[in-house]
Amino acid sequence: MELNLQMLSIFGAALAVSFGAIGPALGEGRAIAAAMDAIARQPEAVGPISRTLFVGLAMIETMAIYCLVIALLLLYANPFIG
Amino acid sequence: METSPLATEVVFRLGPVPVSRAVVTTWVIIAALTIVCWLGLRRAKVHAGPLQATLEIIVETMSRQISEVIRRDAWPYMPLLGTLFLFLVVANLVAVVPGMKPPTGRIETPAALAAIVFLSVHYFGVRSRGLVDYLRHYTRPNLLLLPLNVLSEITRTFSLMVRLFGNMMSHELVIAIVALLAGLLLPIPFLLLGVLIGIVQAFIFTVLAAVFIGAAVGSVEAG
Repeated sequence: MELNLQMLSIFGAALAVSFGAIGPALGEGRAIAAAMDAIARQPEAVGPISRTLFVGLAMIETMAIYCLVIALLLLYANPFIG
Repeated sequence: METSPLATEVVFRLGPVPVSRAVVTTWVIIAALTIVCWLGLRRAKVHAGPLQATLEIIVETMSRQISEVIRRDAWPYMPLLGTLFLFLVVANLVAVVPGMKPPTGRIETPAALAAIVFLSVHYFGVRSRGLVDYLRHYTRPNLLLLPLNVLSEITRTFSLMVRLFGNMMSHELVIAIVALLAGLLLPIPFLLLGVLIGIVQAFIFTVLAAVFIGAAVGSVEAG
């Protein structure tokens, strides 16, 4: 079985999503742990902390979404496959 | 999966202009929101009825949250940010109604919303600081950072678009795959998760737009 462009695109999509999920997952875990710590120290500041946390999580999550978009481009809108 | 999530379904053509399914859904949402607001505020009274009281609570809560983010009076920005949040909540949750798909799951609606945010950030910035002072904030803290500041202006608009589109579209895709594997009861928790994701994404989009506007008018450090 020889490798062709379709198979390579599928491999590329799987690689993009799998490795693209690791970094944001670690980052989000650290962010949530820090926010939990802050809320435990200062329960009265839960409002601003959770709002900033949500915005920060969205920023981190965008990296994973970028990888997903790359994977979808490879699968559905690949410019190298006619 | 026979259709690509990146393609647009054209329902009908209005002369030379193709009208996609997301646009039709958007029209329905706009009509529904307008009718609800018109019904609630047709005869606004001091002793508010249930619908008027609900609408007032929503608007008051939004303005309080936005003024906490912007750190100044929220009312000049409420027509944009409040409309954005209400439209996004309804648009993201429209999948709860059987047979309707969220228009934010197609690339064109988030692109249009991000373009609106991009243009209105400059509008509010120029209006509150004056043109020269607004343009000067791109050269801060140093003239060397001018290309990076301009680049971040473009990338943050792009990421605003891709974030909303990616979240809504990928969730739709996950539900389709789960329903393909086991159709009966398994998709229900994922649908519940979809309600949460829709509200959180609407909140995040609005808060980020508020942060960008706050940075442009100079009350918040750029985020």
